[in-house]
Amino acid sequence: MFSVFRDLIRYNLEFAIGVVLVTVVLIFAGLSFVSPVDPITIYAAIPDMPPSAQYWFGTNSRGQDLFWQMTFALRNTLTFGLTVALISRVIAIAVGLAAGYLGGWVDRVLMFFCDIFVAIPIFPILILFYFVLRSDMNTMNLALIMASFGWPFDARLIRSVAVGLRHREFTRHAVFAGMSAPKIMLEEHLPYVMPIIFSTAMANMIWSIGLEVTLAVLGFTNLNIPTIGTAIYWANNHSAMIVGVWWWILIPVIIVVLLFIGLFLLAVSLNEYIDPRSRLRRMGA
Amino acid sequence: MSDDLLKVEGLKAYYQMNYFGVRREVRAVDDITMSIRRNEIYGIAGESSSGKTSFIKVLAAAIRPPMRIVDGSVKYEFKGLAVDVATATPEQIEAMRWKHLSYIMQGSMSVLNPIRRIGRTFEDFAARPLGLRGAAFRQRVIGHLERLKLPADVLNAYPHELSGGMRQRVTIGLATVCHPEFIIADEPTTALDVVVQKEVLGLIREIQQDMGSSVVFVTHDMSVHANMTDRVGIIYAGRLVEEGPTRQMFFAPKHPYTAHLVASLPRIGDTAQRPALEGRPPNLAEPPAGCRFHPRCPLAVDKCKTEVPPLVDVANDHRSACWRSADVQPLVAPQAPQAARGVMA
Amino acid sequence: MTTLLDVRDVSKRFTMGGLLSRKVVAAVQDASLSLDVETPEIFTIIGESGSGKTTLARMILGLELPTSGEISFRGKTVSQRVSRQERLDFMANVQPVFQNPFEAFNPLKRIDRYLEATAARFLKLSQRDDLDAAMDGALQKVGLSLVEVRGRYPHELSGGQLQRAAIARALIPNPPLLVADEPVSMVDASLRMSIVNLLKSLRDDFGVSVIYITHDLATAYYISNRLIIMQRGRIVEMGDARTVLDNPEHPYSRLLKASVLSTEDAGAGKLATDPGMVKLAGELVGKAGRLVDRADGRMVRVY
Repeated sequence: MFSVFRDLIRYNLEFAIGVVLVTVVLIFAGLSFVSPVDPITIYAAIPDMPPSAQYWFGTNSRGQDLFWQMTFALRNTLTFGLTVALISRVIAIAVGLAAGYLGGWVDRVLMFFCDIFVAIPIFPILILFYFVLRSDMNTMNLALIMASFGWPFDARLIRSVAVGLRHREFTRHAVFAGMSAPKIMLEEHLPYVMPIIFSTAMANMIWSIGLEVTLAVLGFTNLNIPTIGTAIYWANNHSAMIVGVWWWILIPVIIVVLLFIGLFLLAVSLNEYIDPRSRLRRMGA
Repeated sequence: MSDDLLKVEGLKAYYQMNYFGVRREVRAVDDITMSIRRNEIYGIAGESSSGKTSFIKVLAAAIRPPMRIVDGSVKYEFKGLAVDVATATPEQIEAMRWKHLSYIMQGSMSVLNPIRRIGRTFEDFAARPLGLRGAAFRQRVIGHLERLKLPADVLNAYPHELSGGMRQRVTIGLATVCHPEFIIADEPTTALDVVVQKEVLGLIREIQQDMGSSVVFVTHDMSVHANMTDRVGIIYAGRLVEEGPTRQMFFAPKHPYTAHLVASLPRIGDTAQRPALEGRPPNLAEPPAGCRFHPRCPLAVDKCKTEVPPLVDVANDHRSACWRSADVQPLVAPQAPQAARGVMA
Repeated sequence: MTTLLDVRDVSKRFTMGGLLSRKVVAAVQDASLSLDVETPEIFTIIGESGSGKTTLARMILGLELPTSGEISFRGKTVSQRVSRQERLDFMANVQPVFQNPFEAFNPLKRIDRYLEATAARFLKLSQRDDLDAAMDGALQKVGLSLVEVRGRYPHELSGGQLQRAAIARALIPNPPLLVADEPVSMVDASLRMSIVNLLKSLRDDFGVSVIYITHDLATAYYISNRLIIMQRGRIVEMGDARTVLDNPEHPYSRLLKASVLSTEDAGAGKLATDPGMVKLAGELVGKAGRLVDRADGRMVRVY
C-alpha cells in the first residue's frame, strides 16, 4: 500500500499536486477540532477587519473570526459531500451491477426506477423537504435526500459496463465454478467498475456541494450550521461586496476551488492507476 | 529496378514503456533481415505475441508510440517512389499509402463504415490516390468489382446488408482498386467459415497474379500458407528463424520449430498421434540467451544456450537460423496425395 | 445400457427484430443424439457459423431452453429454471470448456481462486489440505501441478497452460461429461495439438465423455468417435467419425471436406472449389428431408 503511494507521488505529478491540495484542505478542516472560538457565537471579534496578522482571513460583519469560521464550514461541507458521494455510490453500485449481471425482469424493474429518479426535478423536491422538515433539516438529512437522487445516471453507467462483463467468458466460467451471483458481482465485476466509481464520486461531490451552496445562498438550509454555502449566504445578506468586505466572499470561494481542483487531480490520477488496463500492464501482461 | 520490392535490413522495433515506475522494453522485432520480391505471395507465420503483428505494423508504416524503430531500415522501391519507412516523412508515407501499399484486414467491419454505403467508402479511400472523380471514378470501381465477381449494386449497399464473405470480397476490392504494388493481408480469412475461406483465398491469389503485386500474407494457420504462398517466413520470438519456398518448408524444413508446426497439423485420413510442442513462447521483455527456441527445442545442445544462430543459406533460396539445421527431420513423412484426398473424387 | 445424455427432437427458435419486423429464426431443428454412460466417447458437432452448433451446446449446458423437444441428463430434464441446489447438482456433472483461454479467467484475479471455489462448492470441502489435494489432483490430470498455478495471474501463464487450467477446473467435480465449444479455435497452432491430445487422454485415461464442437474437420477426424454435421440448424449426416469423414455422403458434408486446406500440395496454390458442389449444397438449405439409416451405421438426410 505504501509503495503504491510512493510510486504515485514519484511518477505522477497530478497525484502529487492533488495530495498536497487535499492534505492542506483536510488539515485546515481538522483545525476546527482545536478551534478556540465557537462557530455559532456572533460579535465575539471586532467586525469587518481585513486579513491581518491577528485575523489571518479577517473578520466578517457578524463579528466572527473568518479563519476559524471557515475551518468549521469546510469540515461540514466536506462531511456533507463525502456522505452524499458514499451513500449514492453504494446505491449506484448495487443497482448497476445487479441490473447488468442479473438482466431480465430485475434489469427492467431497476432501470424503470432509475428512469423515474432521473426524471424527477431535484430542486423543487429539496425546497419541499426544507419546508416540511424546517429545523430538522440538518446536514445529515440533506445528505440523505441528495444521496437518494445522486445515483441513477451512475447506476446506468455501471450497468452498461456490467452488461459487457456478463457476456465475457470468465463470468460464465465463474458460474460453472459454483460462485454465487453476489460473489460474481462483487469479486469479478466490481474491479472493472472502480474507475467509473472514482470519477463519478468526484463529479457527484462537486454536484452535491454545488447544490448545497445554491440552497444555502437562497436560504433554504439551516443557516446556523456553518458551511461554505451559509458563509456566502451571510456575506450576501450583509452586502459584503458593496461595503467592501471582499474577503468574506473571496476566501470561501478560493477554498472551494482548491478543494475541487485537489479532488479532481486525485480522481484523475487514481483512475489511471486502478484502471484494469493499466493495472494489467503494470503486472506485466 | 531490382528484383526486390522491399528490403528489410537489421530491423529492430521495440516497445518502450513506463508505467508508474515499472519500466519495460519489449523487443517485438529483433534484428530481422529479409526481402520481398515483386510478384510473389510471401507468408508470415508465427504464434500470437511472436512479434509478427509488430513486424507487419512496421511494414505498413503504422508505427506509433510506445513502439519505435531502434535500428535498421525498411526500404520500398515502388515505381517512381523509394521510401525507407525508418526515416520517411509523414508526407512520403501519405503518398505511398493505398496507391502503392494497401492492406486487407481481419475484420471487414473495421474498414467498412457501418453507416456509409460501400460506394462512399470507396470514394474515401481510393478517389484521391486514383486521381479520378464522379462518373470516371465510379466506372473504374465498377470495372474492378466485376473482376472480383461482385455486382455493381454493392456500391449502393450498406455493409450489414452483405454476407461475411461478400464483405471480405469488398475489402479485397477496396485494397486492390488502385492496383497497389504491395498488399499486406493480415489474417484476412481467420473469421470466415471454411467454404468461404477457400473462396476468398482463391480470389486474393487470382487478383495478385492478375496485377503482379507482392502480397505479404500473415496467418498462424499453416494449412493456409501451404495453399496460398510462394515463400514462407517463420517468426519466433521477434526473429525470423526460417524462410524458404513453401513446398520446401513443408517437406524439408530446416528449423525444428517449422518442423514441429508442420508435423502438428492433423489430416483427414490419418489418425497417427500428433506431437504437441510443450512450453511457452518466451517473454519478449526478457528473451532467453542464445537461440530463443532452445528451451522448447528437442535438438538443443549447449551451444544453442549461449550463441545466437545466424540466418544462413541451407539450400537453394532457403535460409534457417539453427545450429543443427542439418539434423532437422520432417516429423511426418509426406503422404501420397491420392490417399489423402481419398474417395472425394 | 444407461443413457447419460439424451437429446430428443430438440428445436430452438429465436425471435429477432423489434415491433415492426419480427422474424423467427430456427437455430436448431429436430436434433436428436444420445450418449451412453458405459462408453466414454468424444462426440463431435461440426458446423459453420449459423449452423446451430453453439446453440445446441448451450441447450445441453442448460443455458438456453429448447423451444420444443427435450434434453435429459441421467433421466432428468435439463433446465436453468430449477432450484439453485438442483442446478449445482447438474453443474457438478456437466462442465463447460470455453473457447478462448485468455478470456476464461478474470485477468485481475488469481487462477487458483476458480479452482478453489469449484472444489469448495461441488466437493463440499473446507479444509485447506483437502482443497489443495482436490485442486492438485485435477491439475495433475491435465499435466500441470498446483505449485505451477498457485498465486498466478492469467497473464503469467501461456495460452496452453490457461486452457489446461480451465479444463482442470472443470474436472474437479469429476464430471462424466464435458462440453467443449471450439476449445482450440483461438489457440496457436503449436498449442492446438496439446489441447486436443488432452481431450483424448481424458476420454482414454479418465473415462470422461466430451462433446466437442468445432468447424475443423481435421481435428474432428483425429479425436472423435462419432460426429454429426450440421447445416443451418439441421443435422445432415451423423455416424462414426472415420466412416463419415473418409467418405462423406451428404452434399454439404462433401463440400466441407473439399474445402479443407490440405498440405499435400503445399506450394502448388490449388484453391479452386467446384462451383457445382457449392450450388448443390446451397440448394438443400431449408429443405426438411429426413434422416435415413445406411448400412455402414451412419444416418444421412435425404430429400
